[in-house]
Amino acid sequence: MIEAWPGGLKLSTDKNLKRIIIEPVTRVEGHGKVSILLDEKNKVKQARLHIVEFRGFERFIQGRPYWEVPVLVQRLCGICPVSHHLAAAKAMDVIVGADKLTPTAEKMRRLMHYGQMFQSHALHFFHLCSPDILFGFESDPAIRNIIGVARKYPALAVQGVMMRKYGQEIIKVTAGKKIHGTGAIPGGINKNLSVAERDTLMKDVKQMMDWSLGALKIAKDYTVENLKTLAPFGSFDSNHLSLIRKDGAMDLYHGNLRAIDAQGDKIFDHVDYQKYYEYIAEEVRSWSYMKFPFIKQLGPENGWYRVGPLARLNTADFIDTPEAEKARKEFMAVTNNKPNNLTMAYHWARMIELVHSMEKIKELLHDKDLQGRDLVTKGKRRDEGVGLIEAPRGTLFHHYKVNKNDQIEMANLIVSTTNNNEPMNRAVQKVAEDKLSGHKITEGLLNNIEVAIRAYDPCLSCATHAMGRMPLVVELFDARGIILDKKEKR
Amino acid sequence: MNPKGQRILLIGYGNPGRLDDGLGPALAACIEGLAIPAVSVESDYQLSVEHAHDLTNYDVVIFADADLGGNEPFYFRRLIPSVSSGLGSHEVSPGEVVSLALTLFGATTQSYLLGIRGYEFNDFGERLSDMARKNLGAAVDFLSTLIQNGNFDEAAKEYTGDEEPCIDICTDKIILN
Repeated sequence: MIEAWPGGLKLSTDKNLKRIIIEPVTRVEGHGKVSILLDEKNKVKQARLHIVEFRGFERFIQGRPYWEVPVLVQRLCGICPVSHHLAAAKAMDVIVGADKLTPTAEKMRRLMHYGQMFQSHALHFFHLCSPDILFGFESDPAIRNIIGVARKYPALAVQGVMMRKYGQEIIKVTAGKKIHGTGAIPGGINKNLSVAERDTLMKDVKQMMDWSLGALKIAKDYTVENLKTLAPFGSFDSNHLSLIRKDGAMDLYHGNLRAIDAQGDKIFDHVDYQKYYEYIAEEVRSWSYMKFPFIKQLGPENGWYRVGPLARLNTADFIDTPEAEKARKEFMAVTNNKPNNLTMAYHWARMIELVHSMEKIKELLHDKDLQGRDLVTKGKRRDEGVGLIEAPRGTLFHHYKVNKNDQIEMANLIVSTTNNNEPMNRAVQKVAEDKLSGHKITEGLLNNIEVAIRAYDPCLSCATHAMGRMPLVVELFDARGIILDKKEKR
Repeated sequence: MNPKGQRILLIGYGNPGRLDDGLGPALAACIEGLAIPAVSVESDYQLSVEHAHDLTNYDVVIFADADLGGNEPFYFRRLIPSVSSGLGSHEVSPGEVVSLALTLFGATTQSYLLGIRGYEFNDFGERLSDMARKNLGAAVDFLSTLIQNGNFDEAAKEYTGDEEPCIDICTDKIILN
């Protein structure tokens, strides 16, 4: 007998329930599966997103010297290595007592981060999201993919490729190379930006800005024109959490923690993230490898929250670049300046951040501090440090303790997708209830669930990708674990 | 440059922090160390859309990756533009990179896949298993010779491994590449 409902001992006692497993989620990073539990009337009883997350990275780096960590952590994920690199470097800044980086170091890191944000958001929009919004959620999967977009909208697809490439070039010149970068080191950075590197990047600024604004328009128009349909799609009220600058501005690189509720009231504000563990806790559930973080004072039932572009738009008082701020005001006007709790609004929010990142890149390229030579600073050595950053997918936590021999003694990471674990499960449940109950399970209907998950741009496993690992399997089980149906495509 | 005057790009991809998943980058490092003229070497965690643009500058591209269940010690086969089942993600398949290069940039780069058999993936660690290391050595010997003689299609006929179905973008029919 096959048990297909992990942790579902209680559920499996009901002989009238059927379960459907969708594995893995297409066009979502890593490995994941969606299981939908039906009752005897084919109504959705429960839906869950199961994460097959590799554990053990914290153990992997124990015993390693702390200065290796910003490079080592890039092994964690092939999608957002720069985010891990920078979050770890920020934690190591605390360890080496570098409470204030030199202007060159901080601005080089920011440039690296905006380059990462730019390429990640562009890639997600043009090559993951656009097939769904250009062709429709339930359109033929044979055309609803990257190649379909390339064939029907080649100009858009080229923009996506070239924007991704531009972001990667920024990473290369700030981190030293596109992958396994060594740019950020404890207390600073190991290189500045040469004039030649700056001039090469400057050549494409206008083009990248124009394309970013074009993408923003597509996302905005799509959302506004389809608001009636999109508003209920996988949507629900939630808390929101992000870093925020001292003056309340969006800051993707550094700041303090702010959490608000679904109405916009502050749960906590300007919390020093070195003490994040006094405000955030993580719950383990038997059926998922991924933890469920929550705000301590609200408890696990009510304290879960969203992170990422939507949360950041909701928590920020303003954005300090003109085009993005103009777009933020339009975005917030849709919900009368109250938090936007629409799952599908993530795409619009993401494109506002794309524009903001490009505006920041332009601003930094004109800053002569990037050619400075004062790269590293240090202070009084500490044995514990926390580094937070707003990664493309949301707030990323790195927490380390170091022993007297400079070896990592403890590491705790809360990655962005983990923060969005409960919201993604809620989105799956909502879409399943609205779209699947009482219907035949078609590819188009299944894709509705995947569309809701993709809105969060999850990186599900930071996984290996070796060939032969990822067939798409759809399985239907009854309550006893006996398989009723199975669909597989490769 | 080999006798055929081919400009060659090798892209070795995988995560070196995940044991045998690092076979692609390890192969790339070995070939780069040989400094063969007219051969460019790239290493990455995974393939992405921008690799499609990289292909435009080359006559031949070889994608090198770890494979969970292919022939030992490796297989080598020709790639055609393809869509691999809608599983495209931030990571794209070699066939999709070739497809994007053709569709968006008109690149007709001869494309090949070198799949090196790996065994251990489910842990963190910067090391290759003994068997994977042995397979890597065989793949390096094979590829370094092949790059210098340029007989890619002949080699692909000899070393083709287990085929995986893909969708031809021209016909949308499921075919074996």
